[in-house]
Amino acid sequence: MDLHFGAGGPTDDERAAVDELLGPPTSSWEGADRRDADLRWARGGRAARGRRHLLLPGLHAINDRVGWISAGALTYLCRRLTVPPAEAYGVATFYAMFSVEPRPATVLRVCTDLACAAAGASDLCAGIESRLGRGVQVERSACLGLCERAPAALAIKAGDPVRTAVSAPATVQEAVLAASSPDSAPEEPSPTTAVPQAGDPSLTLLRRVGVVDPSSLDDYRAHGGYAALRRAFELGPAGVIREVTDSGLVGRGGAAFPTGRTWQAVASQPDHPHHLVCNANESEPGAFKDRVIMEGDPYALVEAMTVAAYAIGAHRGHLYLRGEYSRAAHRMQHAVDQARARGLLGDDILGRGHAFDIEIRRGAGAYVCGEETALFRSLEGHRGEPREKPPFPGETGLFGRPTVANNVETLVNVLPILAMGAPAYAMIGTERSTGPKLFCVSGSVDRPGVYELPFGATLGEVLRLAGVRDGLRAVLLGGAAGSFVGPDELDIPLTFEGTREAGATLGSGVVMAFDDTVPLPRLLLRIAEFFRAESCGLCVPCRVGTVRQEEALHRIGERTGAAAADDIALLREVGRAMRDASACGLGQNAWNAVESAVDRLGMYG
Amino acid sequence: MTVTPLGIPRRLLEFTIDDEKTRVPEGSTLLDACRAAGKDIPTLCHGDTLTPKSTCRICVVEVEGSRTLVPACSRKAEPGMAVRTDTARVRHSRRIVLELLASSTDLSTTPKAAEWIKKYEAKPDRFGPDAARPGEGPRVDNDLYVRDYGKCVLCYKCVDACGEQWQNSFAISVCGRGFDARIAVEHDGPLAESACVYCGNCIEVCPTGALSFRSEFDMRAAGTWDESAQTATATVCAHCEVGCTLTLHVQDNEIVKVTSPHDNPVTHGNLCNKGRFGHQHVQNRD
Ligand SMILES: Cc1cc2nc3c(=O)[nH]c(=O)nc-3n(C[C@H](O)[C@H](O)[C@H](O)COP(=O)(O)O)c2cc1C
Ligand code: SF4
Ligand code: SF4
Ligand code: SF4
Ligand code: FES
Repeated sequence: MDLHFGAGGPTDDERAAVDELLGPPTSSWEGADRRDADLRWARGGRAARGRRHLLLPGLHAINDRVGWISAGALTYLCRRLTVPPAEAYGVATFYAMFSVEPRPATVLRVCTDLACAAAGASDLCAGIESRLGRGVQVERSACLGLCERAPAALAIKAGDPVRTAVSAPATVQEAVLAASSPDSAPEEPSPTTAVPQAGDPSLTLLRRVGVVDPSSLDDYRAHGGYAALRRAFELGPAGVIREVTDSGLVGRGGAAFPTGRTWQAVASQPDHPHHLVCNANESEPGAFKDRVIMEGDPYALVEAMTVAAYAIGAHRGHLYLRGEYSRAAHRMQHAVDQARARGLLGDDILGRGHAFDIEIRRGAGAYVCGEETALFRSLEGHRGEPREKPPFPGETGLFGRPTVANNVETLVNVLPILAMGAPAYAMIGTERSTGPKLFCVSGSVDRPGVYELPFGATLGEVLRLAGVRDGLRAVLLGGAAGSFVGPDELDIPLTFEGTREAGATLGSGVVMAFDDTVPLPRLLLRIAEFFRAESCGLCVPCRVGTVRQEEALHRIGERTGAAAADDIALLREVGRAMRDASACGLGQNAWNAVESAVDRLGMYG
Repeated sequence: MTVTPLGIPRRLLEFTIDDEKTRVPEGSTLLDACRAAGKDIPTLCHGDTLTPKSTCRICVVEVEGSRTLVPACSRKAEPGMAVRTDTARVRHSRRIVLELLASSTDLSTTPKAAEWIKKYEAKPDRFGPDAARPGEGPRVDNDLYVRDYGKCVLCYKCVDACGEQWQNSFAISVCGRGFDARIAVEHDGPLAESACVYCGNCIEVCPTGALSFRSEFDMRAAGTWDESAQTATATVCAHCEVGCTLTLHVQDNEIVKVTSPHDNPVTHGNLCNKGRFGHQHVQNRD
């Protein structure tokens, strides 16, 4: 690789931001002043490739400091990391949170996605735009994962350090304040407000949220923390995997894969090192449960990752955290630092000779990076594009090594499994869907939030618990990639098998209720916009199909019957090809919601 | 890349294609197997000298037990597979893929596109006159080759040829996302300010004519490009001692483009800028 770098240099700010992350440059090849030693300096091949994974943190560093990524800054970062500038440009332009065009230091992202749209986001947005001058860039955003407090807005002000402020539920005035002076915006309410059942003694996964101080390791231990890790050390890695397998735990990230099986597959791979990845990219519209766990009980995730790593023989854990989740990132970082300081992460955990540490990586605005192979590419410093499976991650995952990638909720389930034992855990729920399950309930309900119920509760029970309002018209199950069901289908059991039999999907546990005041065609259009905007562009059915889907829904507008029939037929044909021929779950599921609205709700009929 | 390794013969796998038993060496793709069995599978992003990213999805086939269709160009054959290459589901996806491509891209110089559109009864016009297109004009920013991204299907072949699979120049990449994704050099600038070394190895693999020799581009614009009037002459590049095999394409006594045979064990179709574009000196030398 013989790299060519353009001439423009970084500004002082940009250079400082990169140097703060990477340390000062060591040679003129990296952008330092020229010295004699440079003549004997060489870094290529493996050493150079070994730093590629720092590209995404580097782009964040620049974007956080300056608000956008200039050509000079990008070139400097490329020199420091020996990355071809064209590739770095391809990576920088992949993510929604970055800009390679100049923009104001403050960006205010106003969520116009499903729950927020139903809560009046378009008026909010118009109000904000009329109040804010050119010093702030207002962007209409996909779901920010704050649906329990819709409508939501997120202000990000570049600087040293970067400041963020959340306004939710947002009013024009509060959102404007958050954007114009994030430091003086009121503190976000505690994550407890997202858990209407908080304090209920029957809770398992959520029992500590709102009860423990999320910053205190001692408080976590006083509430049963680190008992599971001790138990794991007693059982040994094979014993832990046996417990997880016998518990019947199935992944909560959407694909419903048996967790014990994936752990076993990686544990038995002779190829080392093994990697553990926690998928906390949570970008499905309507999903916010992982955020609530990370904000309300961060040590639980640290402990759960430690147990998982011990079981699969991994010494490195990577927590890929959605870029917009800044409070969750701070709390997780604090928890990781505390755990490390107390010997609960590091070279010799609890004196038991197991070495493990966690690195937190921020995503930068890409739903597709929740797809595991795309997530690996993103962590490796490439564009977050999925790749063909097989080979599966258990064989060829992060950095080409055997990797377990698990959802946040999946991992925290391992703690009660070890605490109560597999047989007791397997008694919770139904035969094929064991354990407790988190549901993200939002929309037309009086008490939106994360609910924990044993598998087997029906849709109606969950909705009643959340105080569903009168005039229910439709429920979106599983988020934008899921499907709509009608008000006459409330007896669907919310289990993997129950939703499958009903021709729906549980997805990641999203339950969004919409009453008859919400214009459904607009919701469908919003879902179509989401998929068009989030398609990575790799494969044709999704890259072009999501555009044709959105166009057809635009054309249909409010039309029905014969006037809509041709476009519905077209949607069906394009939808079928997206489902059959797209490379990843994004494109494969991009037509689910529209199809279900037509077939189950009788829309456009 | 389909390289047949020498040495120990590979184990043979047995499975069925369209209900007929077939045997292929371990490591073969379904595409290798289907072609060996005489099946006509359309391909765009697959190239004989590259490992495909399976982006176009036109080669999809049905594999029993698989929830979705699978791209034949990258899926490895496994013993006991039951593969179907021409079911209604397969034909449907191929037709829609062609409609999506042809409604968003200029396929006029993509070999076989018209034939496939006819065969699969694709109707690209059905999305109406307002169907979005990237709407890129040709980029004529140097004397050697033209990038006409209005014809690009984003197959990733040029990126792979320029980068890790062959040239190691990494001058181009995919930038942007989704429908806005494009092939670009850094900062989407002109080629002259990029890392491009003008090897033309990207042109060699481009399946759509989005990348073409300047000579071809100009002649097409003037209406004088005529492949039937061209001869292809094999010769050896005299610029250095490697002596790469060249194929000179000549029309009206002028070299209009230079390629190299893809099955050549030295070049695999790749050349350096002297071999690829050095003929301009030959011609200018009167
Ligand atoms: C477009 C797309 C987005 C996804 N987003 C997430 C996500 O945000 N979090 C998650 O855990 N899984 C997500 N998944 C599923 C993951 O690919 C993977 O199946 C999951 O992380 C496995 O973990 P589990 O077995 O614990 O569920 C997504 C899948 C697709 C196709
Ligand atoms: S289905 Fe969509 S998101 Fe997935 S690889 Fe294809 S273009 Fe990318
Ligand atoms: S001509 Fe060669 S160096 Fe230039 S973009 Fe094409 S493959 Fe890359
Ligand atoms: S320019 Fe040609 S080779 Fe490159 S992605 Fe487009 S169609 Fe493929
Ligand atoms: S030729 Fe197989 S996906 Fe393109």
